[in-house]
Amino acid sequence: MNLEDKLFLDRYVVDEIPHLRIINLDKCAICKKQQCLYTCPAQCYKLEEGRVVVSYEGCLECGTCRIICDEYKNIEWKYPRGGFGICYKYG
Amino acid sequence: MGGQIYSHSLAAIVPEFWKEAPLERPIVEKRIWFLTKDSKVSLSHKNPAFGAPPFNSFTVLRAKFDKWFVQKAVQKGAFYIPETLVEDVIREGKGKIIGVKTGRTQGELFAPVVVAADGVNSLLSKNASLHAEISPQNVALAVKEIIAMPKERIQDLFDLSGDQGLTIEIMGEITRGMVGVGFIYTNLTTVSVGLGCILSDWVNYKISPYDLIEEMKNHPVVKPLLSGGKIREYLAHLIPEGGYNAIPPLYADGLLVVGDAAMMVNGLHQEGSNLAMTSGRLAAETIIEAHKSGDFSAGRLSRYKKLLEESYVMKDLKKYRNSYPYLEGNRQLFTIYPQIINDAATEIIRVDGVPKLVKQAKIISATFKKRNLWGLAKDAFSAWRAFR
Repeated sequence: MNLEDKLFLDRYVVDEIPHLRIINLDKCAICKKQQCLYTCPAQCYKLEEGRVVVSYEGCLECGTCRIICDEYKNIEWKYPRGGFGICYKYG
Repeated sequence: MGGQIYSHSLAAIVPEFWKEAPLERPIVEKRIWFLTKDSKVSLSHKNPAFGAPPFNSFTVLRAKFDKWFVQKAVQKGAFYIPETLVEDVIREGKGKIIGVKTGRTQGELFAPVVVAADGVNSLLSKNASLHAEISPQNVALAVKEIIAMPKERIQDLFDLSGDQGLTIEIMGEITRGMVGVGFIYTNLTTVSVGLGCILSDWVNYKISPYDLIEEMKNHPVVKPLLSGGKIREYLAHLIPEGGYNAIPPLYADGLLVVGDAAMMVNGLHQEGSNLAMTSGRLAAETIIEAHKSGDFSAGRLSRYKKLLEESYVMKDLKKYRNSYPYLEGNRQLFTIYPQIINDAATEIIRVDGVPKLVKQAKIISATFKKRNLWGLAKDAFSAWRAFR
């Protein structure tokens, strides 16, 4: 099963306010490693026309992206507001 | 994201919890697998005594377990506010912590003491300036799948009687050289399967967790145990594995830090929930004492650290304080050694007319080719130094 299908099994209550934000897009452009693209277990970070974009909707709220972006510290990471986000049925 | 809870630490809070808690299976067997690309050597211990009161550990699914656990606190008089995000601490001037700010309107809550139990990402203790951002070397990233299977099939596949369960920890090929382990835990009608590796390794090896978990599930030794199962959920979680040397300050004026937020995980033994429960209990005992004098200063709350140091929590964390640097510096444990053990086992078991003395010599020379005598001796010595 591919990742999209797996994430489709998970239950989310999606907030309209994003809880993940790239602080400065210019920094991503000069970032050589761009480790967020391959380490995020939900693939929230993707390249679109050469630019790193984040989609917070499928986020599993693990915290990986915030910690691995240690060179530029360019990710603003919060939990979604109360009542929103990933709701594990099993855990 | 849950796995195992331990009887000893939970029974100290809720005696005979097994009569009422939503548990999956009592764990009566632990297996450790050393894998190569297609073979395994398995080490296991099974004892039915673990399957009877007072038990040793249970698998749990946290979504169910946590609901029950919070109700136990409510029954004791706790006021539970669900679906509420704690955003920051509130300080008196620049000094002591006197409450928390939540995401609700007029959501300020005041208390003589705040317990930061907000897990590995503890933004609370960071906002309280107790520590800076965690480093990628000090956390493991684990991904897991919940796979549904009929109860009887789980019992047959894993050789279990009735509702008893087992855990399997897997070292070797499946982490592609990264410091980490795979795991398979049996629940009642599901199996939890996944792997966790040090976060800096995922970054440096440029491996995606969703690719590696697929690879693990398709390993010829793992695959038959999951066949016919249906994926129900996919999860990711960080595990604070920095150990003793990465523990943040545990108290401040009006604040205590417990569990994952305080790096209390014994990764080598796959323990964490027990350290969290014990640290929570010791924090509570400290607060009850502090209430008697009405003094919630750092000095008074430092008793918490003293209690932790007297308990197994700090003693175990201290014992293994050098284990992570050791594992990171000795990756052959995850690559060469599983290969050596498997090759030796294959050679010994294969009946092919070759005299045993020749086989023995073959095993020894093959081992030295992978790791010379000096390397083996060095590994043994540094392992002894790191784990003694």
